[in-house]
Amino acid sequence: MHEPLPKTLPPLGKAAFYDVDGTLVSTNVVHTYAYYAANQGSLRGILRRSLSTLFSLPVFGALDMFDRKTFNEFFYRYYKGLSEDRLHVLAQDLFEDILEKAIYPQAVDLVEEARRVGCRIVLITGALDFSVMPLVRYFGADDLIANKMQFVGGVATGKVIPPIIEGANKADAIRDYCEKHHLALNQSHAYSDSASDYAMLAAVGRPTAVNPDLRLRALANSYNWPILYLK
Amino acid sequence: MTPFKTLQQLYDKDSHVVFQEKGSPPRLLFSGEDLLLEDLPVGTRVIFPRPPLEGVPNLKAAIRWAINNPLEMDPLHALLRPGMQVTVAIDDISMPLPPMTTPDVRQSILEVVLELLADSGVDDVHLVIANALHRRMTDAEMKRMVGKKIFDAFFPERYYNHDAEDKEGMVEIGQTELGERVIINRRAAESDLIIYVNVNFVPMNGGHKSVTTGLSGYQSIRHHHNPHTLQTTESYMEPSRSALHNTLNRMGRWIDKKLKVFHIESALNSRMFNNQLSFLTKKEEHWEEFDRMKFKAMQALLKRSPRPLKRKVFQSIPSPYEVIGVFAGKTEPTHERILELCHRQYLVPVKGQSDIVIMGIPHVCPYSVNSILNPILVQVMAQGYLFNLNRGIPLLKKGGILIITHPLHDEFDPIHHPSYLEFFHRLLPETRDAHVLSHKYEKEFAENPSYIHLYRKGNAYHGVHPFYMWYWGENGRAHMSRVICAGAENNHVPKILGWDRTDTLAEAIEEALGTLGRSASISLVHLPPALQLDVKL
Repeated sequence: MHEPLPKTLPPLGKAAFYDVDGTLVSTNVVHTYAYYAANQGSLRGILRRSLSTLFSLPVFGALDMFDRKTFNEFFYRYYKGLSEDRLHVLAQDLFEDILEKAIYPQAVDLVEEARRVGCRIVLITGALDFSVMPLVRYFGADDLIANKMQFVGGVATGKVIPPIIEGANKADAIRDYCEKHHLALNQSHAYSDSASDYAMLAAVGRPTAVNPDLRLRALANSYNWPILYLK
Repeated sequence: MTPFKTLQQLYDKDSHVVFQEKGSPPRLLFSGEDLLLEDLPVGTRVIFPRPPLEGVPNLKAAIRWAINNPLEMDPLHALLRPGMQVTVAIDDISMPLPPMTTPDVRQSILEVVLELLADSGVDDVHLVIANALHRRMTDAEMKRMVGKKIFDAFFPERYYNHDAEDKEGMVEIGQTELGERVIINRRAAESDLIIYVNVNFVPMNGGHKSVTTGLSGYQSIRHHHNPHTLQTTESYMEPSRSALHNTLNRMGRWIDKKLKVFHIESALNSRMFNNQLSFLTKKEEHWEEFDRMKFKAMQALLKRSPRPLKRKVFQSIPSPYEVIGVFAGKTEPTHERILELCHRQYLVPVKGQSDIVIMGIPHVCPYSVNSILNPILVQVMAQGYLFNLNRGIPLLKKGGILIITHPLHDEFDPIHHPSYLEFFHRLLPETRDAHVLSHKYEKEFAENPSYIHLYRKGNAYHGVHPFYMWYWGENGRAHMSRVICAGAENNHVPKILGWDRTDTLAEAIEEALGTLGRSASISLVHLPPALQLDVKL
C-alpha cells in the first residue's frame, strides 16, 4: 500500500532581494563604522577610533578583496565597547547624514517596479541590522536579513551572532526565507554589485548585477544576467 | 565573367523578374554585413525591387498642402485655438531603414507644424516619440531626427520618449466591444489634439497602428501581439487581410471616437543607397566595370574587417530616401492614400509561387539600428518580415523551403537587447512553441523589474519584446517545411532556431533540391531595398 503523498502547497509568491552597500546606496560598511567611530564616546575615544579606522583602511581593502567573511569578522571587532542604546540612536543620524544622500535615485524606481509586480521586498546585507533599519523604512521593505551584533550588558562585544550574513550564507538565508514564507526561489530576483554575492545571485531564478565590479560584470556577461547601472 | 554585351540580350530590360540562363551573371546577396556574389541554377527566377520613384520637388509645400487639405477633417489651422494642449507623437527610429539622410522627413513635417502651432498661439506642445515597447532613443538620435533647432527648443522637458511603464503616465480610455483594453500615453490622451507624424516605409505601418501601438503599453499591445493573432494573419503587409490589423483597427477606431487625432503620413521611395553604392540595388546585368571593381573592393574589405568595424561602416551610411507623398487628416482615409503610394513604389507583380525561395538577410532590421542583428532578429527578418513581404499569397509554396544567407553569430547587444539573451539561451532550448512560450514565460519577462528598469532608464527593448519577435515568425514557421541558413558560422544557433545550415549557398540549394526533387522551382528575392510581392497563381 502506498503511503499518502505529503501535502505540499505550491509556491505562492516571489521576492526581490537587494544587497544594500553599492547596490541601493553608494556607501559601504566602512562608511558606517567611520560614522559611529566619529560620533561615539569621549573625545579621546572618538579620536582613537577615528585614527584607528583611518589606519585600518588599507587592511579593510585588502581583506575585502581576499575574503568577505574574514573582512566582516575583522571589521566588526571595531564595534567592541560601543553602547547599544547609542548605536540605535546614531543609526537614524547616520541615515540622515550619510545614507539618505547616498541612495541611488533610480534604486527607488527599481524597488517600486518589483513591488508593482508582486514581489516581497527584502534587503539583505552584511551590515548590522540596527544601522540599516532606517533604509528598510525608507524603501518600504517587507523584511531585512542582516547581521546581528552580540551585546552583553548593553555593550557590543564586537562579535556577530552567527551565521554571518555574507557570501554563501546570503544564499542560504535567501533559501530559508523563501521556504519559510512560501515563495518560489526560481521566480525570485536578487540584486548585487559584488562578485562576493555570486552565491546569492546564483540561488535565485532572476539574478541581476547592479553597478557591478569587474568580476561580477564578467560573470553576468557569461551567464546572460541583466546588468543595471543605477544613478 | 560573361561580357556585358552578351548579357544584355538575355532578359527584358524593364521587367522586375529575370530568369537565370546559362550566361546570366552571378547575383548579389547580403549576408549580414558581408556581400556575396553567387551563381544560381539555370531557371531560377530573380525578383528585383522597383527602381525609386521621383521624390516630391518641394517637400515643405507638399506638407503644407497636406495639412491644409486633409482628408475628412478640417485643415490643421482650423483645429487650433490659443491655449490648447497639443501632443505631437512621432514615429521612432525603427523606420526608415537605415535612417535617412538629414533632414529627416519628420523634421521637415515638424518644422511646418510647430511653426503653425506657434502662430496659432498654441504653446503647450509636447513632442513624444511613439516608441511603444521599443528602446528609448538616445539624445543624439533624437537630435538627429528633428534637427538642432527643434531639439534645443523642446528637449528634454517637452521632447521625450514615451514610457509605457510609467504608471502615472498611462491611462485607460476604455475597452472595445471585444473587451480589448485601450491604454495609451496620458499626456496624449488628455490633450485637446494629437498630431501623429508618421513615416511610412512598409504597408504594415501607419494608420491605426500608429497611436494604438506607438503610444501604448504591454497591457494593450498583448491584444494583438500574440501567437494566435499572428498565426491567423494571412499577410502582415496587407492590412485588409490581416487579423493583426483587424484588432488594431478596432482599438484605433475606439481611440478616434474618444480623442481627436490628426494624422500626417508620409511615404518614401526606395532609394536606399547613394550614387556610389546604388549598384547594390541594380540588376547585375546593368553593372559596369567600375561597379564590379567597387563590389570586389567592398567585398574584400568587409571580409577582412572585424564585425564591429563592418557594423560601424554600414551604420555610418544613411539612406538618401526621398518623400514621394504626404497626406493628412483622419486615420483611415489618410492611410489608404499612403498605401496607394506604397504600392506604386513597392509592389512587384509575380506569377506563381516557388518551392524554394532564397533571400539574403541584410545588415539591418527595425530593431537593430545602431546595434547588432542578433539571431532572434535574423529569425524575424527571415520568417517574419521578408517571408511576409507579399500581397495575396506568399511567394513560397506551403511546405516549401526558405534559404537565407547570414553568418548567424551568437552575438547580442546587452544594452539594447538584454532580455533577448535570456530568451534565446534559456527559453528556446526548452521550446520553440510560441503558445507555450507565451503561456509560460511572457508575463514573467514582461514584469521582470530589471528589464522594466533597463527599458525605462536605459536604452533596452522591453522585456517582452523578444516574444513578439518570435510570434512574428509564427505564420512563416507554420508555412515552410525547412529553413536552411547558408553561411552560418556555427551549429548551435541554427539548431536553437530549428534551422539547418550549410557552408555555402550552392550546398543549401543542393540540399533543398534533394528534399523537394530536382524539378523544384526556385526564386531569389533580390534584397534590399524592400519590395512587396503581388503573387498571382
